[in-house]
Parts: sequence; structure tokens; C-alpha cells
Amino acid sequence: MSRLTDANTKLAHEIIARYPRPKSALIPLLHLSQEQNGYVTREAMQHLGELVGVTSAEVYGTATFYEMFKFEPVGKYLINICGTMSCALMGAHDLMHHAEKKLGIKAGGTTSDGVFTLAHAECQAACTEAPTLQVNYRYRLRVTPADLDNLIDNLRDGKLKDEFPPHGVLSQVRQTIGADRAVGAKAPEDVNESPAWLDGKAAL
Amino acid sequence: MSKTFVHAPGYVSGDRPKIVTSRFEFADSFTLERYLATDGYKGLRAALSRPANEIHEDVKSATVLGRGGAGFPAGTKWGLTPQQVWPRYLVVNGDESEPGTYKDRLLMERDPHQLIEGCLIACYAAGLSQCFLYIRGEMAVAQERVAAALNEAYAAGYVGKNILGSKFSVDIILHWGAGAYVVGEETALIESLEGNRGMPRLKPPFFPAANGLYGQPTIVNNVETLANLPWLMNHGVAAYTAIGTKTSPGTRMVAVSGHVKRPGVYEIINGTTTFRDLIFGEEFCGGIRNGNALKAFVPGGGSAPWFTADQLDLPFEASQVGPAGSMLGSGAVMVMDETTDIPAAALTLTHFYAHESCGKCTPCREGGTWLERILRRVVDGDGTDADLQQLLEVGAMICPGAFPHASNEKLGLTAVPFPYKMTTICFVGPSAFAPVHSALTLFRSEFEARVKKRVTIPVTAISSVAANVGASA
Repeated sequence: MSRLTDANTKLAHEIIARYPRPKSALIPLLHLSQEQNGYVTREAMQHLGELVGVTSAEVYGTATFYEMFKFEPVGKYLINICGTMSCALMGAHDLMHHAEKKLGIKAGGTTSDGVFTLAHAECQAACTEAPTLQVNYRYRLRVTPADLDNLIDNLRDGKLKDEFPPHGVLSQVRQTIGADRAVGAKAPEDVNESPAWLDGKAAL
Repeated sequence: MSKTFVHAPGYVSGDRPKIVTSRFEFADSFTLERYLATDGYKGLRAALSRPANEIHEDVKSATVLGRGGAGFPAGTKWGLTPQQVWPRYLVVNGDESEPGTYKDRLLMERDPHQLIEGCLIACYAAGLSQCFLYIRGEMAVAQERVAAALNEAYAAGYVGKNILGSKFSVDIILHWGAGAYVVGEETALIESLEGNRGMPRLKPPFFPAANGLYGQPTIVNNVETLANLPWLMNHGVAAYTAIGTKTSPGTRMVAVSGHVKRPGVYEIINGTTTFRDLIFGEEFCGGIRNGNALKAFVPGGGSAPWFTADQLDLPFEASQVGPAGSMLGSGAVMVMDETTDIPAAALTLTHFYAHESCGKCTPCREGGTWLERILRRVVDGDGTDADLQQLLEVGAMICPGAFPHASNEKLGLTAVPFPYKMTTICFVGPSAFAPVHSALTLFRSEFEARVKKRVTIPVTAISSVAANVGASA
């Protein structure tokens, strides 16, 4: 189950067709493969290379640049605790120590049951609500140690599975463009004329 | 009066003109239904009823400043594309990751249609034939809201082929990043969008407006910049420039975080609101927590040199903040009260930039890491006084010459104006040094109290040890 499934391959072709050059679809497709498998596998990178017409080494080169792509299994819930300035000023370090104790692992580790991975994160863009954390890139704000205990207990008991889909699933809404509405992407070399609406007249 | 809403955590409303946050009070502000009920897509209709070049002229004369960090006027940027080179693209920078900053995330989560409408107006005015909306990877909810809004807008005929039945056709393609701060730099964003490692391109000679995505003319605009356009089309240039000052018209969103009583994201009047208003004003943050004293603040995101109480009366006006030694950046103020451990606070930022260096330029890749390691040693109490000098020397390899800093009456310092010289392609390297330099310049005594005096062992002492060793052998 490491290469994309048939359904996901079909989706991949749709995504690729939106870009003037296929390689542009690489990051969205890496996300798709991570959604399918929980992490980015070697076979998936091979497959993505075939789909966008680059070598698997190029896929690997791109994928390894980005923090969110994981190359080995991580917990079902990835808990990222922000430690950048605003959160640090509001007690992020204590929160991390508390999380380490609660989960019995160090930052960067995964619990032996494979449910939680704990990690340090950089600025999560919720600085006024510090300290913040994200579970699979969804927020919890102004987190106290007691909040964190509750969160972990509830996640473990499966009570929050609607709010936090498993690691790898990012947006649960996909862009869909109907064939009747799409303008369509052309390679830049196939476009030589100015857009139709630049004729000096109002478009409407 | 200040007002907060459960559905928009972080946002604080007030009795001020609202250009981009006017719908935030509605719990369903992200739906097409609410958008259409509140003047939605009227600006697009108004724009399409006039020739494209007139719309471009409007944006130019309104001086809509870029809200991403550099503050470059959007209308001027659109005009930098070479004549008769097609196609041209629009890339929307929603990769917001600057420490302290979050406004684009709120705009995408709370009012995605406003952003979509802004994108359409920009594409129409500047003749851009495809739009790529790049959202930061770690923002799952923003991705969902924008995806849902795009699906609604496509189905309703606002995006895609023959928009509103006109000859104007453009696709908006939603794209997610995957976690890399440097991709917020426009050329790195373009590299990432081409499916590559997100490393900045050398510029000059080529700026994206001339040579960007796939080597074509490309306009990269920030989310907040584009979100201003529907209001501008609906209300006109005169109404827009009536708010704020001549050089900084309109409003801007500012996130104030750290040790204030009411941290939040505020839409403030550009050019006239001062840092004192923002930090101490009752309609804004209401002062420092627990009645503590202000120690320092970062005026424009983690990359900006720091200010102290001496600079509180400066307004949000680039032409005044620059000469005072810092920048307005991306609209983020981080406030430190008297209890703050300054070297440790600087370390959190230097760690950030060292961690986020893409590795392309040596001074940033090596220098950032050195700065972090040395600073960590100092913070941990293992540093020596030589380390403080070393920090400045490493910084000078990233930014040669005088580094900008604020004036300080008590310390007898006069300001060194922004910007700095740099040996790197982008601002990540200098940004690793900015907090170190500010902290060391304004609070050197805190570092000195922390380091050990380097002890020089006299030569005679060494030789006597050697003699002893020899004697006992």
C-alpha cells in the first residue's frame, strides 16, 4: 500500500493537470501520499516521480527539504508544541516538560503504542494565544498543563477523532474544479498572446 | 469598545474603520451566503465594469502597500512586468510564518471569499492569467476554509471560465506548503511552487515581476494586501486614502503578543497609530500584565531590531520607523516586560532562524548556527566575556558594517537606521543576528552578569606547573 492507490492516482492526475508544469504538483502529491500511508514511503516517492516525470532522487530531494514530510512512521497524533518567542515568554518550556512527563517520552520521540509523537515546533501563527500547540496541525490555544493532560487523555480514549484526523490527513476539503468551469493550465511556451480582457475595454 | 468573538480566537474588534476584518464578527463569515449578504463580489463586478488599466491605476493611486514585510506598493509592483511577455502569473503568499505574525491565517480562515475576490481583481488589473494560492502547510483549517470557498466560488461562476459571464477568465489553484519558513521569501516560494527545494533565487538581476514562476513575469502578493482590494473597488480611492496617512494609507492588521493585558490581532489605522496607543491604549492591549514595566518590544516580527520605551511614540509609518533603527515588517509586536530574561528571549528567535536557514548561503547556514550555539552557551551560564565579542564578529560576517539599532537615552545611544548590508541572498541570515545584536546593544549588562571572565594563565604559572611535572617524574 505504499504506491498511490488507484483512486489516489486518479486524483493525482487531476492535480497535475492544474499546473503548467507537472513537477509543480510534487508537494501536493507528497501530502497525498502521506495522507494515504501516514508517512512518505520510498515506493511512494518512486511512484510520484513516475507521475510527474522526474527521478525518485529529485522527489526525495524536494521532500526532505520540508519539515512536514516524515520518512518513517510517526504517532497517530503528532503533538507540536510551539517554542518561539511569544510562546516562550508565556511558558512554552514548562508546557513541553509537562508533556514529556505525561507521555513518558522526550521531544522527538513516539510512545511505544504508536499513538503519540511529541515534537518541538517553531512559530505556529497564533502568538497572541500563547502558549500554543497543534495536534496534526490543528490548534489548541492558551494551553495549561491541565488542558494538555485532558487533551492527551481524550485523544487516547478516541474522544476527539472527529476534530483531529490521523497524522497525514491535512485539509479535509479538496479543491474540485468542474470541467465546465476550468480555464485549464497551458505550458508557458504555448501562450503567446495577451489575455482577452486586456483590450482596453471593460470586461462586463 | 474592544470586543472579542469565540469563533475568531485572537481577533479583537473595536470602534475603528474596518477594511479587511469587517465580517469577522459573523460566525459564518467564511460562507458564500454571508459574503454575498455583506457586499461580497460587488468589488469584482465594479472592477470588471471598467477597463483593466483603470483598475491598475486605482490601485497605484491608492498606494496599497504590501503587507508581507517589505511594504512595497502593490500597484507599482504590478507595473514592473515587462511589456508583451505572456503568460503572467499571480502567486499569493499565504505562507505566513514570521515569529509573532498572524493575520493572513485569520483572513484565510475567517474571510476566504474576500481573498479570492482580491485575487480576481489583481489578475484582471495586471493581466495575470493564472493564480496560485500558496497556503502554509501547518494551517489545516485555513486550507479547508479556502478550499470550500473556492469550490463555492467556482460553482457560482465567480472563478474560472468567463467570470460573471464576461471575457475575463482565470483559474485559482490552491496549493499547500509543507513546513519551511524561508518559503515565505518570494523567490523561494516560486521555487517551492515549481516542486523544488524552497531556496531563494539570487536577485538582482531578475525579480519575479520580470522572471518568476517558470521564468515568466510573476506577481507575488501577500494575503492581506489582496484582501484590501474588494473594499477599495467598492468604496473608491478617495475613501481608502482618507484613512491613515498619505504615505501609509488604509489600515493594517497587527498582532500584539507577549506580556500585555489583552494580546490580540487588531486592525489599526495605518500611519497614525503609535506603539504607545497599541501597547497601552485601553481600546487595544491596555498595558503590561500585572502592572509591570515595559522592558523591550519587537516592532515588526522576529526579524526586526528591538525597541524600548524610548520608541513608544513612533507611529506605524515606515518612513519614521526605518530611521529609528527597525522595520514594521509583517505587523507583529512582541512585548517583553521587566521580568523577561533577555538573553533567553533572544535565543528563542536566533534558534528559530538558525533552524529555518535553507543552507544556500554560507554566512547564514554556518553563522546562524554559530550564533545559536554561542548564545546558548551564554544563556546556560557556560559562556565567557569573549563569547559576547564573538557573537558580534559572527554577526558582522552576515551583516558587515553598522547594524541598525534604536536610540537609547539612558545608554547614550543614537539610532543606526534600517536597513543593513548583507552577505546573504535573503533576510533569514540577518534575522538570526537581529535579536542578538539588539539584546547585546540594549541590555549588555544582562549578558555580562551571566558570563565568566576569561582567565588568562600567565606563562610563568604554566612553566612552573611543567617544572613540577618534570620534578615528580
